[in-house]
Amino acid sequence: MTQPTVEQPVEALPPSLPPQLSPRAIARARRRQAAGRAWREYRRSWEGMIGLGILVVFVAVAVFVPLFIPASELDVTKATGTPFSPPSAEFPLGTDESGRSVLALTLWGARVSLLVGFLATVISVGIGSVVGIVAGHFGRWTDSALMRVTDWFLVIPFLPLAIVLATVLGPSLANIAFVIGITSWPGTARIVRAQALAVTSRPYIERARALGAGDWHLISRHILPNVVPLIFANTVLIVAVAILSETTLAFLGLGDPLRVSWGSMLDAAFTHGAASIGAWWYLVPPGVCILLVVLAFTMVGQALEAVLNPRLRGR
Amino acid sequence: MALLEVRELTVSYPSRAGAVPAVRGVDLTLDAGGTLGLAGESGCGKSTMAAAVLRLLPQGTRTSGSVLLEGEDVLTMRPGRLRAVRWTEAAIVFQGAMHALNPVRRVGDQIAEAIRLHDKVTDRQAATRVGELLEQVGLPARRAPSYPHELSGGQRQRVMIAMALACSPRLLIADEPTTALDVMVQAQVLTLLEELRRELGLALLLITHDLSVLAANCERIAVMYAGRIVEQGPAARVFEAPAHPYTKALAEAFPTIGDRASRRNPHGLGGDPPDPRELPGGCEFHPRCAVSIAACPTLDVELWPAGDGRRAACVHVRDGNLDLVRQATPVPVGEDAPAQREMAP
Amino acid sequence: MATAASRSFTLTIGQRRLGAKLIGAVLSLAFVLVFNFFLFRVLPGDPAKNLTRNRLVPAEQVQVLRESFGLDKPLPQQFATYVRDTLSGDLGISYKFRRPVSEVIAERIWPTVLLLGLSTLLSTAIGLWVGIRGAWQRGSVFDRLSLGASLALYAMPEFWLGILLLIAFGVGVGSFPGMFPTGGMSSPDTDMTSWAGVVDVARHLFLPCLTLTLAYIAEYALVMRSSLLDELGEEYLTTARAKGLRDALVLRRHAVPNALLPTTTLIFLNLGFVVSGAITIETVYSWPGLGLLSYEALRTPDYPLLEGVFLLFSAAVILANVLADLLYAYLDPRVRAG
Repeated sequence: MTQPTVEQPVEALPPSLPPQLSPRAIARARRRQAAGRAWREYRRSWEGMIGLGILVVFVAVAVFVPLFIPASELDVTKATGTPFSPPSAEFPLGTDESGRSVLALTLWGARVSLLVGFLATVISVGIGSVVGIVAGHFGRWTDSALMRVTDWFLVIPFLPLAIVLATVLGPSLANIAFVIGITSWPGTARIVRAQALAVTSRPYIERARALGAGDWHLISRHILPNVVPLIFANTVLIVAVAILSETTLAFLGLGDPLRVSWGSMLDAAFTHGAASIGAWWYLVPPGVCILLVVLAFTMVGQALEAVLNPRLRGR
Repeated sequence: MALLEVRELTVSYPSRAGAVPAVRGVDLTLDAGGTLGLAGESGCGKSTMAAAVLRLLPQGTRTSGSVLLEGEDVLTMRPGRLRAVRWTEAAIVFQGAMHALNPVRRVGDQIAEAIRLHDKVTDRQAATRVGELLEQVGLPARRAPSYPHELSGGQRQRVMIAMALACSPRLLIADEPTTALDVMVQAQVLTLLEELRRELGLALLLITHDLSVLAANCERIAVMYAGRIVEQGPAARVFEAPAHPYTKALAEAFPTIGDRASRRNPHGLGGDPPDPRELPGGCEFHPRCAVSIAACPTLDVELWPAGDGRRAACVHVRDGNLDLVRQATPVPVGEDAPAQREMAP
Repeated sequence: MATAASRSFTLTIGQRRLGAKLIGAVLSLAFVLVFNFFLFRVLPGDPAKNLTRNRLVPAEQVQVLRESFGLDKPLPQQFATYVRDTLSGDLGISYKFRRPVSEVIAERIWPTVLLLGLSTLLSTAIGLWVGIRGAWQRGSVFDRLSLGASLALYAMPEFWLGILLLIAFGVGVGSFPGMFPTGGMSSPDTDMTSWAGVVDVARHLFLPCLTLTLAYIAEYALVMRSSLLDELGEEYLTTARAKGLRDALVLRRHAVPNALLPTTTLIFLNLGFVVSGAITIETVYSWPGLGLLSYEALRTPDYPLLEGVFLLFSAAVILANVLADLLYAYLDPRVRAG
């Protein structure tokens, strides 16, 4: 990465005055530099890199699977294998209760599991960030009210709430994502609020206000840049939780009945007695995929946190 | 035999980039009942020195050299002996007693713990002793059941001192004992330390960045920079007529009470302390030195005699050009004198 | 209660804070009631139609349903009735079991308490120990192994682990026979109060308890390790060492007790996942508790039952959080004083 020639590296001693650039250009250049530094720091963590690698593989599979496994393999009416047959040359991971290839199901299942996970995360982080920033910046009554709501969601146990919501709303991809998002935003909200509070109370905010800065300006120019890295690291961890949640809800039968996801595979396997038959080939692959994906997100998330908070490095 | 004798002590911390030296070849002596002040900016290695005396460094640090406490080398003692020696021969008072005391245990219990570790006493005897110690530092004995957060900063510091005296050590190391306190309380704590020293015949190793405090309270001063001693000698001489440019800058950074001119125009020291991972070559001070010459970046400095019992690690001392140092005007620094900035705890 | 030196009635800051927390808990519970009510009765579309979504039900039955739920009355009246009924223990009639919901719940509560109680106890004890040892010997083989295992356990769905264990030890793999029953709480025709009956229940309890314990251990170990690592950087530990305290005692007497405080808070904040675990594991093992009941309810879907179970779970967790606050205030003198 080439250094912008006008910018002095922050570490140089002694500091010299940078030539006159517009403040926005300076800020942008500095941000780019910070991002580059962060990436280099991230690269140092082998867990972070492995996690990232795993994620890239899974996302690639999810995106490109229609190219090498046709959707027709998921059609129950077109299944050709004997139900519940163990792995063979024709079906590397065996077959399900309808004779479909478990391998096809697993790879296609990735699409739904990951999609719902991402969608739910977007909703969750979106709501959480907005609530957190508004509560942290405006303070007092707004803060108290929003925190009361946040605390309620935090206290209420996730699965009973999700079950109740999902049952009422009905099983569909969007609904599940919505339910997961709506039940998990408080975590983000709290973190964001803490940061927004800290930033809002800094002296330069007061000075900016004295100069006539409105709330929107303060939020977008000062609070947001300070909050975004935090949100980013937190988001990664939330995706992991969202995918686990989708799996659980699908396992309980609340997933979209028209789509295959890793959770719905486990549900189908279990309710059709795969456990008593000992059809491990049907049960193991979806679980392993979930395990790998969640682990990968967790590793990436921890590596990100270490980059952003040097205190945590070496844990 | 000196009470404390440090010989060529080197301490390095492990890091991804290799060992980072915090203390590089330091020699110190302190006799029984004497006082030695150790001065320097943050990060110069003085707190590391303090911890090294009782071998309290974190895991992974590498040390070489020797630290002789009453003739025994602390660095090579067996763990059992080390634990017995700790607190009974030398005790340490840390800065910022808010965090140096366990926040969820009563202060009386924490002092009693120190007593019980080294002496078989009953609860009653321990409690009595705790009361005595508290009185000795000017706190009422009924403060023993308090928690640290219930005490003021100055009171907590006194508790730390009382705790340090619990096993009647011969050496008291005070690591920045006054940094987090306001000026009135600072004076009280320093007076207390001096009284205790006289009453109990303690040797005192006082560590701080505030040179004027050392000048008033210690017989001898050693100034550290980048892990090395750059000047040492009798306190008054070192403070009034420093031989090393760094000492001079330090001395001038603090306004003198009563001297209006110095108050309105404190001289600072430009630049920052060097990063221990990337030390400048030769004399480490040369990038910030007002009187550095061409030879400084490559010179091997050692402590050369500077007259009046002082030694300083500066080429001008070696060459006998002390006047150069005395007349040096400090590097202009702009509105914020960095030396004052780094004073804030 | 508290009295001041004078005859006026004053509360300490600590008691005021506790009062605020209690009020908060009551408010949360109240909101659960409101939430329940609105969710099932005020959704777009006809609630009665929603209830019968998955089944073929003649129109008159739908109307009967509507009346039995009081859906033909004005909203505020419905709400008042609902609150009054709930507070007096009437949680409606279960659609699936055709019995009062409160009765159905009461029958299923003890198996869940048994399963959750035992699992939580075991996993707390073991998990905390693992976390402490891992933090104290950070970077050692034990630490790395336990960290890896904890992360893996944390990353997998607990019911998946349950199914695998069920296959391995219940059904048997290949020629290796299953050692434990594959479901239920007891074999038929066993008298649960006899000694043989107790053993029987224990055999049925083993696998679900093992699964939950493993799932929870990961969480507790990770939290404890993290809290202790934070604590180990504190200065007062150096003071303790300087006084001549052995490292093991520094850990036991100073670091761990202090690290347990934030750990306790974090654990209670995560109680929700204890409940979630119960639901899925009871489903896998057909353990006749509230979790299995939830599963049966959602499959039907039996709304009154779902509401009732949701209310109960929420109340339990809210109560647990209040207890946690009390406990924390008791343990931490800084909080006690206010």
